[in-house]
Amino acid sequence: MTDLDSLSTLEADVLAAVSAAADEAALEAVRVSALGKKGSVSEKLKTLGGMTPDERKTFGPALNALRDRVAAALSERKTVLADAALDARLAAERLDVSLPVRESGLETGRIHPVSQVTDELIAIFSAMGFSVAEGPDIETDDLNFTKLNFPVGHPAREMHDTFFLPAKENGERLLLRTHTSPVQIRAMQAKEPPIRVICPGRTYRFDMDQTHTPMFHQVEGLVIDRDANLGQLKWVLEEFLKTFFEVPSVELRFRPSFFPFTEPSMEVDVRCRKLPNEIRIGEGDDWLEILGCGMVHPNVLRNCGLDPDVWTGFAWGIGIDRIAMLKYGMPDLRDLFGADARWLSHYGFRPLDFPTLAGGLSQ
Amino acid sequence: MKFSLSWLKEHLSGPADLQTVTETLTRVGLEVEHVEDKAGDLAAFVVGHILEAKRHPNADKLQVCSVDVGKGAPLQVVCGAPNARQGLKVVFAAPGTVIPSSGVKLGASEIRGVASGGMLCSSRELGLGDDHDGIIELPENAPVGRPFAPLVGLDDPVIEIAVTPNRPDCLGVHGVARDLAAAEIGELREPAVQIARGGFPCPTAVRFDFGDEAPRSPFFAVRLVRGVRNSVSPEWLRRRLQSIGSKPINALVDVTNYLTFDRGRPLHVFDAAKVKGDLVVRRARAGESFLALDGKTYALDDTMCVIADDNGVQSLAGVMGGAATGCDETTTDVLIESALWDPLNIARTGRALNLNSDARHRFERGVDPAFALPGLELATQMVVDACGGEASEVASAGEVPYRDLIIDFPVAEVRRLAGLALTPAEVKAPLMRLGFRVSGQGEQLKVAVPSWRPDVEGKADIVEEVVRIIGLDRIVSTPLPAVATVGDARLSLVQRRARNVRRTLAARGLVEAVTWSFVSKPQAESFGGAKPELALANPISADLSDMRPSLLPSLIAAAQRNADRGVADVAMFEVGQTFLGDRPEDQRMAAAGVRRGTAKARGAGRHWGETALPVDAFDAKGDALAALSAIGLSAGAVQVAQGAAPDWFHPGRSAALQLGPKLVLGAFGELHPRTLQALGVSGPLVGFELILDAAPQPKAKATKARPPFGGSALQPLTRDFAFLVDRDVPAAELIRAAQAADRKLVTDVTLFDRYEGPGVPEGRVSLGLAVTLQPREKTLTDAEIEAVAEKIVAQVAKASGATLRT
Repeated sequence: MTDLDSLSTLEADVLAAVSAAADEAALEAVRVSALGKKGSVSEKLKTLGGMTPDERKTFGPALNALRDRVAAALSERKTVLADAALDARLAAERLDVSLPVRESGLETGRIHPVSQVTDELIAIFSAMGFSVAEGPDIETDDLNFTKLNFPVGHPAREMHDTFFLPAKENGERLLLRTHTSPVQIRAMQAKEPPIRVICPGRTYRFDMDQTHTPMFHQVEGLVIDRDANLGQLKWVLEEFLKTFFEVPSVELRFRPSFFPFTEPSMEVDVRCRKLPNEIRIGEGDDWLEILGCGMVHPNVLRNCGLDPDVWTGFAWGIGIDRIAMLKYGMPDLRDLFGADARWLSHYGFRPLDFPTLAGGLSQ
Repeated sequence: MKFSLSWLKEHLSGPADLQTVTETLTRVGLEVEHVEDKAGDLAAFVVGHILEAKRHPNADKLQVCSVDVGKGAPLQVVCGAPNARQGLKVVFAAPGTVIPSSGVKLGASEIRGVASGGMLCSSRELGLGDDHDGIIELPENAPVGRPFAPLVGLDDPVIEIAVTPNRPDCLGVHGVARDLAAAEIGELREPAVQIARGGFPCPTAVRFDFGDEAPRSPFFAVRLVRGVRNSVSPEWLRRRLQSIGSKPINALVDVTNYLTFDRGRPLHVFDAAKVKGDLVVRRARAGESFLALDGKTYALDDTMCVIADDNGVQSLAGVMGGAATGCDETTTDVLIESALWDPLNIARTGRALNLNSDARHRFERGVDPAFALPGLELATQMVVDACGGEASEVASAGEVPYRDLIIDFPVAEVRRLAGLALTPAEVKAPLMRLGFRVSGQGEQLKVAVPSWRPDVEGKADIVEEVVRIIGLDRIVSTPLPAVATVGDARLSLVQRRARNVRRTLAARGLVEAVTWSFVSKPQAESFGGAKPELALANPISADLSDMRPSLLPSLIAAAQRNADRGVADVAMFEVGQTFLGDRPEDQRMAAAGVRRGTAKARGAGRHWGETALPVDAFDAKGDALAALSAIGLSAGAVQVAQGAAPDWFHPGRSAALQLGPKLVLGAFGELHPRTLQALGVSGPLVGFELILDAAPQPKAKATKARPPFGGSALQPLTRDFAFLVDRDVPAAELIRAAQAADRKLVTDVTLFDRYEGPGVPEGRVSLGLAVTLQPREKTLTDAEIEAVAEKIVAQVAKASGATLRT
C-alpha cells in the first residue's frame, strides 16, 4: 500500500544517495536503483495503474513530481562531479609558465643609432620638402675642393686632413670625400633649381682621438631658389633642431665664420645646459657649437652653371654621429664603429621603432 | 693668434673691458678660444699687513700672526713660512678661497691648538712659480685689502683667438683692433708711420734672378742700419713677447717678431757682416741645402724661392731665415728685409719641407702689400730706438702691387642674401669703419676694398662684412615656403631598399653594426679586393689601409671580437658601401650579415625547450632570402646556384643567389675554413652578402591594384609522396617538378621529410613531399585525384630520376 508518508521517506533516501555518490559511477548506480526499470521510484510509478481514479488524482502528480525531482538532483550532481573531475585533471596539468620563452628577433635585433638618426633626419626634412641625395665616397679633387671654391694650394684645404688614393699616371689623385658637400655640387649639376636636398653619408678625415674618427657621418642640406636667404636658413635650422631634439623650442646663436663654399659663413651655437653626463638642448645658460652654415658662395653657384644674380642658396652641415651622441647620450664617438654587440644592444633601436613625425620621432 | 689686453689697447682706444672685448671678438667672427686672466683668477687674494708675529705656543717652526686685511679687526693666522715677520705686506687668502695649485678650498682651521682664520700665500701655492721658500713679500706701499695681482704686473689678460684662413689681416693685433673698432667698442689708433730719411745708399744691392719667368716675389726691399748695439730688447717689448709665449732673443730679432704679431708683417734681419755680395732672389737649385734658424738643414728644390748671396742660400723666402747670416750680440750692421711673396709658392714650400713658421702662416694667407714699405719703416724706427745706429736708403727690386677692386654694391643685396632690409647709411657705416671706401648715392653703392682684405671679392663678401659687424642676431627667422606638392618620393630606390633590408634583418634578430669603410690589405685580399687603386696613399694605420671589397671581413672580425669578450652567439649585419674600383659606378650598396655560435634566427644560446644547435648555411640562407623579399624578390624568383658562391665560402655549403644565369645578387653559406683561419677567426660562422643595387628596377605598373584574390570555396586536399632519389640531386628540382605537374591544381609543395639511413639504399635519400591540390570549379573525383598524383610522380621521376618509395 502506498501512502504519502512512504513517498517522502523514499524521496529522502534517494536524494541522500545522490548527494553521497562520490563519482560518476556511483551516481549511475543510484540512478539505476531509483529510476531504472526496477528502480524504487519506477516501481512506485508502476503502482499507479492499479489505483482508483481518486487515488490516482492524488498519487499521480505526487509520484511524477517525485521522479522529476530525483532526475533533477541526479543531473545537478552529475554536473558537480564532472566539474570536480575536470578541476582535478586541470590541477594535474599545471605548466610552469614562468619558464622563459625564446625571444623573437623583434626583441633582440637592433638598428644602429646612426641609421636611426638618419631616418629621423629624413622624416624631418622630407616634411619640409627635401629629397635625399647621395654621392660616391671616392671623389675627385675637383668636386671635393675646387668646385667648392677651395683654390688649389690654398691653406683652406689644410682645414681638412684628407685621405688620398694613389696618384694615377695622368697625375690625377682621387680622395675620400672630406665632407658631403660634393653631393651638393652633384645635385646642382643634376637638377634645375629650385632645389631642396639633404645629403647624408660617410665622410673621411685623417684623425683619430676621443672626438675624431677617420670615418664619420655628415648630413648637409642645400636650398637653391630665387629668394633663399639667411632668415629662411635660420628657420630651417630652428625647426630641424627643435624637432630632432624633441623640445618645445631652441635658441640659436649665429657666429661669423669661414667656409670656402659659403659667403657669408656662420657657425651656429644652440642654447643648452651642460650636466656632468648629459647635455640638454633648449634650456640652460651654456652654448654648444653644433653646426656650420651659410649662403652658397657665388663662385660655387657659377661652378655649377647657376647665375648668382638670379639664384641664391643656403647650405648647412652637421655631424650625424655627433647629434646622435648628444640626443641619446653616447659618450665616445669611437664606440659607434666598434661593432660591440653589447653596445649595439644597449644603444640600438628596435626594428619597428620607425621614426615618423606623425608617430613621434622616438619612443 | 694671441695677444694681451694691454697690447690690444695700444691699437684700440676706449674703455672696453675684457668681457666686452672677448664677447665682441666672438660676435664678429674672431672666435675666442682661450682667455688667461691671472688678475681675475686671483681676485680673491688680497694684500694683508702683518701687525704682529709671535712664536706658536706648541710648534717651533710656526708663527701666529695678527694680520690686517683691510676690513674688520685684524685676523689671527698661523703661518709656517720663515720670512713671515712683523710689518711685512703679504698675500692673504680668506677661508672659502680655492688655492690654485691644489684646487683645495680653504677652510677655517685650528693648527696645533691655535685658530687660524686664513692663509698667507707663497708663489707656488698661487701657481705663479716654484718659489716655496717663503710667502710672497709685497712692496711696503701695497694697499691693504686690495687684490694683489695688479700690483705685481699680473693684470694683463691674454686672449687667444682662432683666425680663419680668409682673414690674414687679423694675424696682427692692429687688424684685430680694426674689427673691434668697426663693432664700435672703441676707436682704432692709427698713428702715422715715420719715414726715416736714409743717410747713405744701401751698400747691399738686391735683384731678382728668375731668368725669363716672372719673379716669384712682386717686391723685395732691404735697408741697412749700421752701428747698432744688439742686446736685450726693452722691458715692454720682452714682456709683450713673453705674454704670448714667444721667447725674446735679442733686440733685432725681437723687433721682427713683434711686428709679425703686431702688424701681421713678417720681416727678416741679416747680419750684414756675414752677407757676401748682393742679395739675389731666385729659385733654389736642385741639390742645394740650407741650415735654417731652427737649427735644421733643409734640402731644397727648384720650386722653392730663396734669397742668396755669393756664399749661397741665406734665407728660405717668406718661411725662415738662415743660421749663417743670423743676428746675435756681435751684430753691428743689420740688413732689414721686407718683402712680398707668392702665397701659393710659400704654402707649397712650407708643406714640402714640413716647416711651419709665423712668417709662412701669414705669407701663405696673404699679407697687406701696401704695408710692405711702412712695415720696413716701422722696423727701422724700432731698431734705431732700441739699438741705435744709422739707417741707409731702401734698396728694392720689383714693385708693390696695387689691387684696385671696386665692387658695385646694391644695398638690396643685403636683403636678397641675408633677408635684412637696411638703409644705405646702415650699410655704409660698418664698411667704412672696416676701412672700405664707400661712395655712391641711394641704393647703389661703390665699395673700394682695402689692401689688407684679399678675401673680399664680390657682393656676397660685402654682405658678410655688413651683417657680421651689425650683428647676426638681427637675422629674423623666416619660414621656408611650403612645397607645392607633398607627394613626391624623397628617397631613391636604393635608399628605400637599404632601409627595408635594415629593418628586416633587425627583425630577424641581427644587430646592425657600422664598421670602417677600410679594411686591412690581408682582409681585402681574402675577399677578392686589394686592388692597387683602392689602397689609401696615406692610411691612418695598417689595419685600415684598403677600401673594402665586401662587408664580410669587418663583420667576421667583429664577431670574433665579440666572442673574445664573451658574446659567442652573435648575429650582426651591416648595410653599407663596398668598392670594386675607384669610379663612382664601382661603389655598391651591399647588405651582409653573419651568425656565429648558436645565434640562429629562432633564438640564440641554450634553452630549456630545445637543443642549441650551431648555426648552419640555412640560417644565412634564411637571412638572405628575407632581405631579398624585403626588396621585392620572392624566394621563388631567386635561383640558388650551388657551387657558384665566391671562394671565401665553404665550397659544398654555400651558393650564389641569382636571377638567371648572369645576374648575381649575392651569396650565402658557411665561411671557408681557410678564410676564417687567415682572419684568425673561429667558427661556427655563417654569413651572406647581397648587392642591393644589383637587383633590377621593378617594372613600372600603371596601377597599384593587386591581381584578384581568387580564393576558392572548395576544400583543398593534400597528398603526401615519398620519393627515393640520388642524394646529389637538389631537392628543389623535385619541388619544382611537382609544382609544374599541374600549375592550376597544385598550389603548394612542402618538403616535410628528408631521410637517409637504414631502409634507404646507400647513396640515396628519401624525400617526403606534401602536395596541396586546390579544386577550382567542382570537387575532384577519386579518378581525377589519382590522375594528378600519377602525373606528379611521372614529372618528378623525369626531372630528377626519383622513384616512389614503396
